[in-house]
Amino acid sequence: MSLEVLAVDDSRTMRDMLNLALSSAGFTTHLADDGVHGLEVLEGIEPDVIITDINMPRMDGFGFMNAVRSEERWSRIPILVLTTESADELKSKARAAGATGWIVKPFDPAKLVKALQMVAG
Amino acid sequence: MSDPMAEIRASFFIECEELLESLQDGLISMENGDTDSETINVVFRAVHSIKGGAGAFGLDDLVKFAHRFETAMDEVRAGRFTPDSDAIRLFFCCADLLGDLVRAARDDITIPHNTTAPVLNELDRLVGCEDDVEEELDFTPAILSLDMGDTQGLPDITGLPPLSDAPILETDVSVTAPLPSAPKGFSIHFKPETSLYASGNEPLYLLRALRDLGDLVVTCNTQRVPTLNTLDPDDGYLSWHLKVLTEEPIEVVREVFEFVDGLCALDITPLSASSYDPIFSDSTDQVDLQTTLIDVSEPPVAPPQIEAPVENAAQEAVQPEPPQKDDIPPTETPEITQDTQKKQPSAPAKTTSTPTQPRATVRVDLERVDRLVNLVGELVINQAMLSQSVAEAGLPPNSPVSTGLEEFLQLTRDIQESVMMIRAQPIKSLFQRMGRIVRESSASVGKQVRLHTLGENTEVDKTVIERLADPLTHMIRNAVDHGLESPEKREAAGKTCEGSVTMTAQHRSGRILIEISDDGAGINRARVREKAIEKNLITEEMQLSDSDIDSLLFMPGFSTASEISNLSGRGVGMDVVKSSIQSLGGRITISSVEGKGTTFSISLPLTLAVLDGMVVRVGGETLVVPLNAILETLTLTDDDLKALGPETHVVQIRGGFVPLLDLGAELGYRSPQDSYVGRTVLLIGQEDGNRAALAVDAIEDQRQVVIKGLEGSYGRVPGIAAATILGDGQIALILDPTDLVSQATGKTKKRNAPVPIAG
Repeated sequence: MSLEVLAVDDSRTMRDMLNLALSSAGFTTHLADDGVHGLEVLEGIEPDVIITDINMPRMDGFGFMNAVRSEERWSRIPILVLTTESADELKSKARAAGATGWIVKPFDPAKLVKALQMVAG
Repeated sequence: MSDPMAEIRASFFIECEELLESLQDGLISMENGDTDSETINVVFRAVHSIKGGAGAFGLDDLVKFAHRFETAMDEVRAGRFTPDSDAIRLFFCCADLLGDLVRAARDDITIPHNTTAPVLNELDRLVGCEDDVEEELDFTPAILSLDMGDTQGLPDITGLPPLSDAPILETDVSVTAPLPSAPKGFSIHFKPETSLYASGNEPLYLLRALRDLGDLVVTCNTQRVPTLNTLDPDDGYLSWHLKVLTEEPIEVVREVFEFVDGLCALDITPLSASSYDPIFSDSTDQVDLQTTLIDVSEPPVAPPQIEAPVENAAQEAVQPEPPQKDDIPPTETPEITQDTQKKQPSAPAKTTSTPTQPRATVRVDLERVDRLVNLVGELVINQAMLSQSVAEAGLPPNSPVSTGLEEFLQLTRDIQESVMMIRAQPIKSLFQRMGRIVRESSASVGKQVRLHTLGENTEVDKTVIERLADPLTHMIRNAVDHGLESPEKREAAGKTCEGSVTMTAQHRSGRILIEISDDGAGINRARVREKAIEKNLITEEMQLSDSDIDSLLFMPGFSTASEISNLSGRGVGMDVVKSSIQSLGGRITISSVEGKGTTFSISLPLTLAVLDGMVVRVGGETLVVPLNAILETLTLTDDDLKALGPETHVVQIRGGFVPLLDLGAELGYRSPQDSYVGRTVLLIGQEDGNRAALAVDAIEDQRQVVIKGLEGSYGRVPGIAAATILGDGQIALILDPTDLVSQATGKTKKRNAPVPIAG
């Protein structure tokens, strides 16, 4: 099933990789390089799922998720957090900000796709 | 580079350079007392992003180092550690090493661990996060597989029954096939809490993920679903009893529920033979399995988004129940199933990805740009030839061909400028490299030095930047080693302990001016003079001005350091610096004030490709003089000329006297003339303010010429910068007027060997 995905990460390498992994899986990919940009991109699309990094300039992942969740039209979009740590503290913080799940970097493309299907069909 | 991963890898290393640059910037801000959290965040993020990318490519050494560095920066970020100047110095050191590791990874070189270990130990000692070493071992980078076509390990989506079809009761779940022996699998009780839905999780997808593990039997408990008038759309009312038949271990099943851990009541128990009951005897609300499976996609628990078709379906699902019949839960009907299925293809069937790129930049291989630059060079030559042919054909200047050619000339010039702009980049990267040189060299000679930079956004041709690195490195080392005094001497002289080295870059009249100055003791001219005499560079009787003495530093074989320190004395002297600057078409001058410091000024052409030149004829030869060296041109009268000797004349210009040089004689084309009255001279200005008048036979033209280096094929010729091809195909030498003038008027004057005649 083809999904439409918005991936938000300030690292160009990470965006390139996400793009490659997602496109290879046949997903439609939109990219943004921080939370502020992510919200801008979100205005014009209706993604099935969002992937976001935490550490970003201008608006970090927590701020981004809060902003997404506070908009009624976006409040149900699943959001996966990209993180290098799988610490419980971070998970609960991400969840409090509205995260649906998380992907630990460096990610395995197959697992990424699986996780996306887990939260977005 | 057709391999997408190779491309991403290459782009990762480019990004690393950018990240290292912001890392440096951030550290410099911190060094200057900036404690803003965003500054620290920038530093943290840079290290973090490098680690992230490195992990994806399996660059273990880089990951390990970055991880330790990141941990330290995290301590700073969290406010648990406040770095002092020693700590920041160490961070700089880490940043330098991180850069080394990045480049080593890029070039497939291994940096020995004993290079990084001392720094890491120091870091741990300072920040106190040794205990992190174990955690680091957990960080096992997974190498990103290229094989996206291989869907091994992926849920086989295509194998699933098409969900948009009508209920397929008998095919979906093998309920009717009782297993002969104890089946392997798990019984799962799953009761989502409201928060599960609020976090964007969806039970349907979890059930599907379970189905990927093996045959799945789903029973939905709808007992808690209230009537519509009391239903809270944000609340969750459903719970499920699931039986999955799978060979997978329990961990894999738990993994399915990883994201909802803590957001639901979950009980997973292995199936025993007795508990396996395909008929769901324990189910109170027996429902059609397939319908249930689909129905959970949007149960009445569905929060907001009422306008979506999904929710319509969910509402319809409740509507058949008259609200007044409080105790009757909604039942499923085939129509509902159909309706709910409509929402399934939620993703538009776009096959190609259309990434929304944040900023419109293109990364281009430098080679391609270079080729373009060369082609534009050829275009300039070609245009000049065409102009010449048109002029020779005797067409009137207002003819269509001439005016068209005029436009062509303008366009050529615009194209050339635009192309050069592509290759221009801020000199910042170079300055940052010098920061490291200052830190390392000051540490090795035990001096405290701070580097200040100004004008780091000045754009310079990339090839110039690359070729400036070596000479600048040497000059910076010199400034730290010889220029600045020891802290004790500085204090005695009433200066701050910390010496300062300043690098500035600016555009000035079509050239780039780079200055490197220190606030040290200045040049000890008596000592320089002594040394020069000792080395037979000058004789004792010679009367030298201050600037003459300073210029002795550029003489081959000169070194004032009585002891060779471990910094200088690497066989590279200022003479090498001078010649590398000259090979860039640049000039270097020195000025020094005793007790206050020394400044080296480097003046460089903006580009190495073309220059605006004046085409002159001398002794039957055609030469090009760079236009930016010419202050003015004039025709000599008897009154202007003053003879100082048989071969020495000066020209009086507005009250001042300027030495006259006969270009033809200087270059050995012919012997000096008796009289220069009526001759055309070019007034040449130099960086040091000295001027000279060059006598030529005639000025032919003023035009842009393409620089063709001579050094590669011929070697360096004094007074000659390069060669070019003129419009008629003739080769002409491009003069280096400053070099020529200093050769001719210098106290250490030697008659040049005749310049080979071009043609």
